[in-house]
Amino acid sequence: MTASQRELLESIAAHAVILAAVAFSLYPILWVVSLAFSGSTSLEAQVMPVPTDPTLDNIREVVGSTRTEVDGSQIWLFGRQLLNSIVVSIATAVVGVAIAIPTAYAFARFEFIGKRGGMRLLLATQMFPAVASAVPLFMILETLELLNTRTGLVLCYASTSIPFAVFQLRSAFEAIPTDLEEAAMVDGATRFQAFLRVVLPVARPAIAVTFLFAFMTAYNEFILAATLLNDERAFTLPVVLQRFIGEYDARWDLFAAGAIVVSLPVMLLFYQVQRHMVAGLGAGGVKG
Amino acid sequence: MRAALHRRWAKLAFALAFVLTALGPSLEARAEEPVVLWHAYRGAEEEALEAILAAWGGPVEVLAVPYDAFSTKLESTVPLGEGPDLFIDAHERLGNFRERGIVAPISAELLARSGGAEAYNLGALEAVRFEGEAYGLPLSQKCIALYYNPALVAEPPASLEAIAALGDAPDWPEGVYPLAYEARGAYAHAALLAAFGGALHDPVADDYAFEGEAAERSLDYVLGLIDAGVIPEDADGALVTNLFKAGKAATVFSGPWLAADLEGVEYAVAPLPVVEATGEPMRPLLTVEAIMLSPHGAEKQAARELLAHIAGPAGARIRAETARSLSARTDVPPSDDPLLQAFATQAAQSTPMASTAAMRAVWEPANRAIRKVLRRDLEPKPALEEARRRFDDVRRPPPPPANPAPVVVLLGMLSLLGAGALVHRARKLGGASGTLDALRRSLPAYAYIALGVVAVTVLVILPIFFGAGAALFAGKPHEMYYVGLANFVAILTARGAPLLSTGSFYVVLAVTVLWTVVNVFFHLAIGVALGLVLSRPTMRLRGLYRVLLIVPWAVPSYVTALAWRGMFHRQFGAVTGLIHAINDLFGFSLEPIAWFSRFSTAFTANVATNVWLGFPFMMVVTLGALAAVPKDVLEAAEVDGASRWQRLTQITLPMIAPTMIPAVTLGAIWTFNMFNVVFLVSGGDPDGSTDILVSEAYRWAFTRDAQYGYAAAYAVLIFLLLFATSRITDRFMTGSKEDRA
Repeated sequence: MTASQRELLESIAAHAVILAAVAFSLYPILWVVSLAFSGSTSLEAQVMPVPTDPTLDNIREVVGSTRTEVDGSQIWLFGRQLLNSIVVSIATAVVGVAIAIPTAYAFARFEFIGKRGGMRLLLATQMFPAVASAVPLFMILETLELLNTRTGLVLCYASTSIPFAVFQLRSAFEAIPTDLEEAAMVDGATRFQAFLRVVLPVARPAIAVTFLFAFMTAYNEFILAATLLNDERAFTLPVVLQRFIGEYDARWDLFAAGAIVVSLPVMLLFYQVQRHMVAGLGAGGVKG
Repeated sequence: MRAALHRRWAKLAFALAFVLTALGPSLEARAEEPVVLWHAYRGAEEEALEAILAAWGGPVEVLAVPYDAFSTKLESTVPLGEGPDLFIDAHERLGNFRERGIVAPISAELLARSGGAEAYNLGALEAVRFEGEAYGLPLSQKCIALYYNPALVAEPPASLEAIAALGDAPDWPEGVYPLAYEARGAYAHAALLAAFGGALHDPVADDYAFEGEAAERSLDYVLGLIDAGVIPEDADGALVTNLFKAGKAATVFSGPWLAADLEGVEYAVAPLPVVEATGEPMRPLLTVEAIMLSPHGAEKQAARELLAHIAGPAGARIRAETARSLSARTDVPPSDDPLLQAFATQAAQSTPMASTAAMRAVWEPANRAIRKVLRRDLEPKPALEEARRRFDDVRRPPPPPANPAPVVVLLGMLSLLGAGALVHRARKLGGASGTLDALRRSLPAYAYIALGVVAVTVLVILPIFFGAGAALFAGKPHEMYYVGLANFVAILTARGAPLLSTGSFYVVLAVTVLWTVVNVFFHLAIGVALGLVLSRPTMRLRGLYRVLLIVPWAVPSYVTALAWRGMFHRQFGAVTGLIHAINDLFGFSLEPIAWFSRFSTAFTANVATNVWLGFPFMMVVTLGALAAVPKDVLEAAEVDGASRWQRLTQITLPMIAPTMIPAVTLGAIWTFNMFNVVFLVSGGDPDGSTDILVSEAYRWAFTRDAQYGYAAAYAVLIFLLLFATSRITDRFMTGSKEDRA
């Protein structure tokens, strides 16, 4: 066997492995897609996820929801809720990352009292199941008068995303050679300027990844959003989707249609971020 | 320099404030304060409510809450004086609402205004009454009845035996079940149980009653129906609906909610049949949907008026016409709608569900016992005895109050120890002046971390701290009292049961550890393998593959987890389809697998789902780690004659390890507490054996009598286990090196 033949065989094997993995990752999604576009349910044990009686009705019903306001005007409710989801998630990511960046930088570059304990505490926050901390969280939000506001929701999401973001970013900053900042400071920049102008641009991929994680935390969260928000017009999409599950019955077709629509913006975001991601997460791998 | 820094921070803070105000509440306060009404209605019922509200003049703020979040939302707002003035919910949750102070009684004057007690069906009004006071006004009644497909059965069969005999007819179509209903659930089974003279709950003693000869006979009867092929064995609500819609079930037992799904399908409804074996009719459980007042709503004139309006005769008529819901009013008789007629007859032949805490604690043991019997894991008698023990276990008396003195002493000792540690630390830093110096040197760092510390402390650490504190308390939600370590003792001693019995802390812990190890192994193996293949320098279509492989991460996991559950359905799942296809192709005779009836297969189904959800994360981490491996090292090794395997195991893997180990740590912690997948895919089946610690905690908090203190103790134990493990591995990994964390 020549070298080029071997190369070819290996390449075929590699693609075969990847294609198998792609099939594994897409197959369940195709069932969701098929359900979303089905007009009726098939009762055969099918292997291939093909919609029965293909229809766009489900998508139309989910996307076309409207609401009549007190003054009689109609608003496009789904559009409003999609906007809520995107605004809340972006705000979460912006706030979370903006808070996590300086924190992570301090943990990476400075020596200070409480540094080791702080990192340990951050890791420890990930260990306590949320089921037991939900009720106190509401009482705190009540004290801060943040119930029923999207601000409260954003602050909660952002705070929960901080520990992971700090782990992520700290390693990214640690991987950047200190010479870069030192050179800038020799040239007259302050530490903060060096951090802003030299370190942040280099760490951009890791920041993009952290941003995406914080975005995802907020974008798919349901319980907190449903509990905190008291106005239909302020709802985020996961809350809207959950409405299709009732006490006695569930509209799975609508839920699936909604899930497909909901995940489209995320896929687009993924596509944009994935190039950064490969360099980003590697540099910013979590360190415990 | 410091001034510049301050200005930067001021700018950042300003930007943050801007983002936050932009998101602030968009509703302006109105002159006339609207009445706030919450409901979980959908579809026609929601339309009916809107029509009723339109007929009322005053301002109303309506909120349709997802059913899953309805109770949580009420429990977390009303006791704080927030939330709705009025809300609509099923009467069986009233007991819970009363305990939590969520609901206020309806005054005699208000009842009179809505027509007086005689305007309501006695049973419906009785269902919302406690100690002589009504805690809500009945709106509609819901129970199951018999739906039949006139194309398959012309007349409603008179008895259950007649339904069972349908399949014996010579021209009976292939693959059509004479009957389908949720046989595995206690709710539907209660109707059959009643025909045998049994009940789930004894209202007089307020106690579990699903035991004895009647209960055993009813279960044997269902086994007979399954053996004769009369009913499908694993039917959930969605499957029952689909079978009926597709003409694959001649009759089904279901409630009024099914009718909404049957547009364009020919059907008719009749009362549930008689069971010839006993000569008694089936008698379903009745749910009364009622409109309730919150304590602060009760003080509002407008809220009380709206309540009377919604519950009044005009409202009942609109609900009957628009949503075909069965009114609970005597002055609004069911119209000539045959569906309403049938449900009215059935409702008169029904048992209102009890709304006590004991009733709520019946469901889980009863459901488990029924499933166990139908899977033939256990005979009815021992299964029901086991259910009784489980019920008693959940309803065991709460631990006695304890003296808080020991914990005060302990806290005092801990703070002394802490102070000692601080002093020790300060000494190491060179006494008071050294400590001050060190603090001064720390100041710039503190400026950077200040915001993060505040946010995480207030919204992450404080809730955890208080949540953990609840572990020392027990009792009803509003009367919690200090019990010391009693909750921990109860968990760690398996509440007196053998330490290794099903559901004990140690067994569940073993399952959780197995769950974590298996998942993390597959996440890592698949993630690293795909990462290695994808980072081959000659790989084409890399970007496309990357996005496609990340998809499991992007779609909401709630729906994908349920898609996985559907794929594992024994009769209609894709996995079964695959088995059939393999049989056809190769002439094998593989049997379809009942995935959720054995621990091994149910656990496998959970793992398959969670591996699918989690491998993209590991893959991306690996890709990133690989990108940082310097090429020259690998090339040098190749020149030195290292084989590809040697280069992988001796250079690449050791080089990516530092980045991977911490990712694995966090991944393991998340997997340990990954409650969604277990809850949505296997739901703990069979018999709670696939539950992990966190789903056990969840059940104690929400389905078993709201024992928050007990659930919190579980959470604390989970935390302590994880924390200890991470400290030990940390020591082990870093060896003699300075602790990195």
